[in-house]
Amino acid sequence: MSRVAVSGNIYIYMAIMIGVIFLIRALPLTLIRKQIKNKFIRSFLYYVPYVTLAVMTFPAIMEATQNPIAGLIALVGGIIAAWCGLGLLQVSVICCLIVFIAEFIIH
Amino acid sequence: MSNNRKVFAEGMRDGVPIALGYFAVSFSLGIMAKATGITPIQGFFISLFCRASAGEYAGYTMIAASATYLETIIVCFIANARYLLMSCATSQRVKEDMSLLHRIGISFGLTDEIFAISISREGFLNPYYTYGAVAVAGPCWALGTMTGCIAGGILPIRVVSALSVALYGMFLAVIIPPIKKEKIIGVIIVICFALSYAFNRFAIFSGISSGTKTIILTVVISSFAAIIFPKEEQE
Repeated sequence: MSRVAVSGNIYIYMAIMIGVIFLIRALPLTLIRKQIKNKFIRSFLYYVPYVTLAVMTFPAIMEATQNPIAGLIALVGGIIAAWCGLGLLQVSVICCLIVFIAEFIIH
Repeated sequence: MSNNRKVFAEGMRDGVPIALGYFAVSFSLGIMAKATGITPIQGFFISLFCRASAGEYAGYTMIAASATYLETIIVCFIANARYLLMSCATSQRVKEDMSLLHRIGISFGLTDEIFAISISREGFLNPYYTYGAVAVAGPCWALGTMTGCIAGGILPIRVVSALSVALYGMFLAVIIPPIKKEKIIGVIIVICFALSYAFNRFAIFSGISSGTKTIILTVVISSFAAIIFPKEEQE
């Protein structure tokens, strides 16, 4: 049986996407009102940001660029820049420039 | 009050690199949305209210497949489940007596990037910082989607390629500096990179979406880190 998309459906899909994503974001933050005392959960939540961002950064940075090597160089350059204490904007711009220049040369 | 205004401005400043990266990423999302029959205006509003890359992508693929609403709900939940973790983590960074409205406001802004810069702030999170960043970055995400919907393929591929690493640069600016104070975070980051790479590499995992991969690795690695290197009570 083939389903045909009715023109009105798109707005229900939109409502589902927006609603589900909103609830996922809002529920924990609105329901967890106290500082958590449990040592394991505290530690777990302390490490979550670093782990999740690190996992999302590599190897994705190599897949985002036309040439994976350019992404890898940007990763190294970004790490050095961040280590040197540069801010969010500076590190981002440095990574972009590295990719732009690297792909210009490697190409 | 003037402090809130200053914090809002700081949020806007830090929102600029996010906005740049957003435009590039959502531009390609817009090209994809167009293929499913989404109009530029619809794309604009979906992106304005969702601000999720993989999450929206998953939604568009469901629309393209004329999936049932229940399927769409489940897929949207799975593709965005990492925000549950981020929201939990954020709950420990705000004042206990923060109002419901501010809690909803912050959670509305929680994307990977806004979360990243919000939790990198010292002390309790001032909601106006998050609002400032969202005010700059959110519209860019929506505009990027709309522009991609209208005119995919206009930006030179090299420029898109270069812009697409802006987000990762920002992630690095958040996770690298704390290593100086806590060596253990450096060790954990190296482990994350290695496992993330291995996960992508092995064909056995190829059926797992990147959103699911992020959740699995986050839960596993953070759990081990919490067991092996528990954080002592602060203050």
